[in-house]
Amino acid sequence: MREAIAALVHDGDCVAIEGFTHLICFAAGHEIIRQRKRDLVLCRLTPDLIYDQMVAAGCARKLIFSYLGNPGVGSLHAVRRAVEQGIPAPLELEEYTHLGMVARYIAGAAGLPFYPLRTFAGSDLPRVNPRIRQVEDPYGSGAVFVVPPLNPDVAIIHVQRADAEGNAQIWGLLGVQVEAAFAAKHVIVVAEEIVDEAVIRADPNRTVIPNLIVDAVVHEPFGAHPSYVQGYYDRDTEAYIAWDTISREPETLQQWLDAWVYGLSGRAEYVEKLGSQVWQRLKPGDAWSGQVNYGRYC
Amino acid sequence: MNDYTASEMMIVAAARALADARVVFVGIGLPNIACNLAQRTVAPHLELIYESGVYGARPARLPLSIGDPCLVSGAVGVMPMSHLLQYYLQRGLIDVGLLGAAQIDRYGNLNTTVIGDYHRPKVRLPGSGGACEIALMCRRVLIITRLSRRTFVEKLDFVTSPGFLEGGDARARLGCYGEGPAAVITDMGIFRFDRVTHEMFLASLYPGCTVERVQEQVGWPLRVADGLDTVAPPAEKELRILRQELDPAGRLRM
Repeated sequence: MREAIAALVHDGDCVAIEGFTHLICFAAGHEIIRQRKRDLVLCRLTPDLIYDQMVAAGCARKLIFSYLGNPGVGSLHAVRRAVEQGIPAPLELEEYTHLGMVARYIAGAAGLPFYPLRTFAGSDLPRVNPRIRQVEDPYGSGAVFVVPPLNPDVAIIHVQRADAEGNAQIWGLLGVQVEAAFAAKHVIVVAEEIVDEAVIRADPNRTVIPNLIVDAVVHEPFGAHPSYVQGYYDRDTEAYIAWDTISREPETLQQWLDAWVYGLSGRAEYVEKLGSQVWQRLKPGDAWSGQVNYGRYC
Repeated sequence: MNDYTASEMMIVAAARALADARVVFVGIGLPNIACNLAQRTVAPHLELIYESGVYGARPARLPLSIGDPCLVSGAVGVMPMSHLLQYYLQRGLIDVGLLGAAQIDRYGNLNTTVIGDYHRPKVRLPGSGGACEIALMCRRVLIITRLSRRTFVEKLDFVTSPGFLEGGDARARLGCYGEGPAAVITDMGIFRFDRVTHEMFLASLYPGCTVERVQEQVGWPLRVADGLDTVAPPAEKELRILRQELDPAGRLRM
C-alpha cells in the first residue's frame, strides 16, 4: 500500500476512493494521511468517515460529492467545521445528486463530452453549481440537463478478490466501482484476497475490473474497516456511531488520528490493535451462492 | 393500548400508507424503519428498493444505513447504482418514494442542503443524495418528518428536492415526472395536498393531538380539512414488531 500510494497519488491530484457503504478502502485513505498528501480534490458520492478523516488531517482542498453525512448517524463534523468555520482550512464543495455523480463517472468512463439526465428540474442545485447545465434535445423533447465527465487522476477500488494482474471480482453492492475505475487515469485495486487466475476464469461474470486498466494491486486484508466487505466482515456500526462523538471536537479527532493512523505503520497493525473481539463480532455467518454451469466447449 | 410514543405513531402511520404500494424506494432513517414495518404488516409483498443498488430486499435486521450487507443477502437483485438510478428510477418504475427533510414548505418542497446562505451556511446539511431524483421520478412521494417550526417554514433556505414548487401547475410545467408529494406524515398528524392549489392541509390527527398544537409548530397559517379525521392508534402487533424486531435499542422510535 505504501508504495502504491507513494507512486500514484500526488499533491493536488483528483482522487476517488469509491465504494457505496460497501468496499470503502479506509486503508488507502489512512496511508494518504500518513504520507501527508496535500491539496487533493476528493470525489465520492458519499464522502463518509474516510473523507471526514482526510479533511481533518488537512489532505483535501475540495470535495466533489452528492451526500455529505454519516449514514444513519448524522453529520460529518470535520467536513462541517471546514465548510462552516474554515477549520483546519476552507474546503471547496462541488455537489450533485447521486444520479448526477453517477452520470459524471459514466461520461468519464465512456469518453463522452457530457451525459444527459432528468434529475435537477425544479431544484436549486443547478443555480449553485455552474457545471450542471441544460442543452436542447436535438430530437425535439426540449431542454435536458447535462453534466460533464469526471476523470479522477486515481481511483482506489477495494474488492473481494483479484489475481496478481489486477483482474478483480466483486459481489454485494457494486456502487460505482466500475464507472469510477474506467473513468480514472490510474487505478489501484485493493483486494481482501489475491487468488489464482484460474479462480477468476472459473467465474468470469463476476469480474468487474480488468487488468487492462489497473496500475497497482495491493493485498490488504480487512482494508475496508469500518466499512465492510460482503461475506468477509460486517459494517462496524458501532464505529460509525462512535465517530460522531470522536469527531465533534478537533482535539479528540486529532487524538484518534494519532492513535489509529499516524501511530501505526499500516493496516496490519490496525487490524491487530482493533483486536480479535471486534473481528469476531463482525464475522458474518455463511450464505453461499448456488453454482451456475458455464459449460465446457472443447 | 395507549402506551406509545409520538414517533412510534408516526412510523406506524407511514407504514400503513404503503398498504397499496408494490415497489417503494427506501430512504435513510425514519423511511427505512417505516418500509421495513410495512413489509412485516400491511404490505408483505412490498418490494424494497435501495439506492445502493438493491431490488427486492428482505433484510433480516433493521439496516442502520441504506448500504448495509443485510440488504444484499436474500435480495431479488443487486446491480450497479447506474442501472438502478437510470433504469428503475429515471424510467419511472417505482410507485412510492419516502423522504425526510430538514425544512419543508407548504407546497412540499424539501431542503436537505443548507440552513442559511448556500455559500456561507449556518448549518451544512448532507445534501441531496438520491432525494432530488426520488422526489421527481417516483410516481408519488411520502414525506416523513417531525413537526417543528424549524422544519415547517414559510420559505426554504434551499430547494434540494422539488415538491409542487410555487403550487398550482408549477410542477406539471417541469415536464413528465411523477405526481409529487401525496402526504406528509408527522408526529402529530398527516397532511395532504389540495388537488388544484397543491397547498398542504391537515387531513388527519393522531389521538390526543389538536389543531392548535399542530398550528403552533407550523410557520404559516395552516389549512385544515373539513372532515378532519383521527388516526387509529398503533396496534399491539405493530408495536411489537417495531420494538422487538426493528428497533430494539429505540434509536428511531423515541
